[in-house]
Amino acid sequence: MFDNLQDKMDRVFKTLRGEASLNEWHIDNALKEIRIALLEADVHFKTVKDFTARVRERAVGLDVLTAFSPAQQVTKIVRDELQALLGGNEVGLALVGSPAVVMMAGLQGSGKTTTSGKLALHLKNRGRRPFLVPCDVYRPAAIDQLRIVANNVKVPFYEIGDLRDPIQIARNALQEARTLLHDTVILDTAGRLHVDEELMQELTTIKNDTRPSEILFVADAMTGQDAVKSAREFDERLGITGIVLTKLDGDARGGAALSIKSVVNRPIKLVGVGEKYTDLDVFHPDRMASRILGMGDVLSLIEKVEADVDRKEAERLAQRVSKDKFTLEDLRSQLQQVKKMGPMSQIVNMLPGVAGKVKDEDIDENAIVRMQAILDSMTKKEREYPQILNGHRKKRIAKGSGTSVQEINRLLKQYLQMKKMMKTFSKGFGARKFGKMMKGLPPEFLQ
Amino acid sequence: MAEQKTIFAKLKRGLFMTHTEIIEKVKESLTPDLPLDQSAIDGLEEGLLGADVGAELTALLVARIEKRVRDERVTSMERFTQVLREETRALVPQREASTIDITRAKPFVILVVGVNGTGKTTTIAKLAARWKNEGYNVILGAADTFRAAAIEQLQMWADRVGVPIVKHKAGSDPGAVAHDTVTAAKARNADVVLIDTAGRLHNKSYLMDELSKVRRVIEKELPGAPHETLLVLDGTTGQNGVNQAAGFLEAAKVTGMIVTKLDGTAKGGVILSIMRQFDIPVKFIGVGESADDLIPFEPNAYVDTLFE
Ligand SMILES: Nc1nc2c(ncn2[C@@H]2O[C@H](COP(=O)(O)OP(=O)(O)OP(=O)(O)O)[C@@H](O)[C@H]2O)c(=O)[nH]1
Ligand SMILES: [Mg+2]
Repeated sequence: MFDNLQDKMDRVFKTLRGEASLNEWHIDNALKEIRIALLEADVHFKTVKDFTARVRERAVGLDVLTAFSPAQQVTKIVRDELQALLGGNEVGLALVGSPAVVMMAGLQGSGKTTTSGKLALHLKNRGRRPFLVPCDVYRPAAIDQLRIVANNVKVPFYEIGDLRDPIQIARNALQEARTLLHDTVILDTAGRLHVDEELMQELTTIKNDTRPSEILFVADAMTGQDAVKSAREFDERLGITGIVLTKLDGDARGGAALSIKSVVNRPIKLVGVGEKYTDLDVFHPDRMASRILGMGDVLSLIEKVEADVDRKEAERLAQRVSKDKFTLEDLRSQLQQVKKMGPMSQIVNMLPGVAGKVKDEDIDENAIVRMQAILDSMTKKEREYPQILNGHRKKRIAKGSGTSVQEINRLLKQYLQMKKMMKTFSKGFGARKFGKMMKGLPPEFLQ
Repeated sequence: MAEQKTIFAKLKRGLFMTHTEIIEKVKESLTPDLPLDQSAIDGLEEGLLGADVGAELTALLVARIEKRVRDERVTSMERFTQVLREETRALVPQREASTIDITRAKPFVILVVGVNGTGKTTTIAKLAARWKNEGYNVILGAADTFRAAAIEQLQMWADRVGVPIVKHKAGSDPGAVAHDTVTAAKARNADVVLIDTAGRLHNKSYLMDELSKVRRVIEKELPGAPHETLLVLDGTTGQNGVNQAAGFLEAAKVTGMIVTKLDGTAKGGVILSIMRQFDIPVKFIGVGESADDLIPFEPNAYVDTLFE
């Protein structure tokens, strides 16, 4: 989260004592945190290196005595630099020529065919007359797929007949487009690996034949470090004019955007944000910057947790969960945190899979109060070592809290369930994924 | 023998691209007048990060290796590489190749899941070809009823490989397809059932619920099934692979992974984190687009080739 990064910055700069400007030591530590955040987002390690060098330059000698804290200032530099790298203002498609040719290229499974359909619809809605051309003769049923897509978005489709050569298909389709007065030809090419010499050559030939005014490199937002190699190779062979980033409706931080941008240096023109044909968006560098830093595009629940829950407490809890030391004592402090976040129904309805299904009356806000009461009536030792809770002790607690032994048993059962669930969630995640842990709160826990 | 040879060639082709770089990086960073533990580590770190091993695991590995190199006064690259391999292996729970024993049940039902475009359908064709060649009766189920021409795609593979397929109309209920596939498998006395599903992002709860439902339908039709639920992971995926594993594990009770597209330059290092955090074994890797481009995954060989 951005708060997270800023908190980290806060911690780093806490030890500033009366200096007038930031010193190397502080900056080094801040950059360490920034580096990890970027690497976790899959930004290429070289890009990260260059990026942090740039941030360092701007941060050295930064004025400490201003209205803004050093943490705020450095965080802002990071964001600004990131946003600047990702691209300035919106860049439209250059559609020149009659017809204008748009060539889609990229690795297998990156989303070229779906994006071709979305783009066709997008252009049609802006008054153009697109023509969809299938150049993928390799993947089984790829041609059928584009035909169906074309049909769904009601855009004309080039029937290849007996043709089996993508180069020939592209040539003929261009001819036909002229005859039929289509002003935009979209070439859906087969996915290929950048190391596949023969297929890369095929693309070069198609390019030379059809002279596209746009060659869009379609890349999956989930791509890791290899994004740099494939993007560079496609660019060197083809001269990419723009990038389309797909599957941004997932939860990938999308650092590949930055890596690709930094090697290809062409604008990210469009982003795919869903499986519907209308799920194509223009690129927003500011949003992408936040996303890479893990600051936006997260479940609002997590944001809420981040905002309301005491960070230190959250980290302590996550630590205990990952060490399998989560006790009733921790449950108690967690309940206090949960209470701070507001009405339960509001929180629960933010849980994936639950959204909209839980009504206010389903949730007994009292249940939490009662749980709290039970936990309060226990001794500290009982909360730390729940296994010592025998019948005798339970009776005492029931009396003290004005509840029943059954209720205590139910709470214990829920505690065990929750512990198990949290363990699965937190395994190896550490404090980072505290939000997920909150997600682990079973709905029945609240009734 | 000939077959042995082509498989070896493919493994080489596949993993050849995947390895060398880490050690290259280490060698690049060596400085003649510095001891190994000081000069090699930067290169090692970059190499691991570049292989998608991830910041967290890389830090862990680097710290352990650095310590050993110092304590044991390692001076040769050979020994350094050995330490690297040992430490990496020690961090990954999967030790042995984990195969799929389809004779465990009859019919043996496999559900194939994963995010969009990772290679599910192609992998199903590869698995079908493999088992068919071994003399088993294989049947496919086209439960991706959502993506355009997904059914046609699987049908074409079924024809190519020469195995039967159960399919419904596009847009129909995937649960019903899964159900009918299992029923048909029982009626025809099939040995293996491979069920294709639509690609879906693990953070979309309604789509994950649908998957849980398909699972339940299969379970109900044949208690104990699906006997394997395979997550197909794109080898070029970065750290999001961990989220994918978590999401599909929860909704579909994944029992194994297949990592595809390792015939390029991607190294698939995120599987180290996944295996470590969730203990899901990798069963096969995909190294191309033909039906025979599938290789059983050997954890030790993978670690070795990473650092060759
Ligand atoms: N190079 C390479 N390509 C592969 C491999 N496995 C699959 N592919 C290609 O990746 C693309 C997508 O594969 P599919 O099998 O259609 O993927 P899918 O997961 O079924 O896709 P959806 O059903 O659309 O989610 C195709 O072009 C395949 O040929 C592999 O191991 N190596
Ligand atoms: Mg498929």
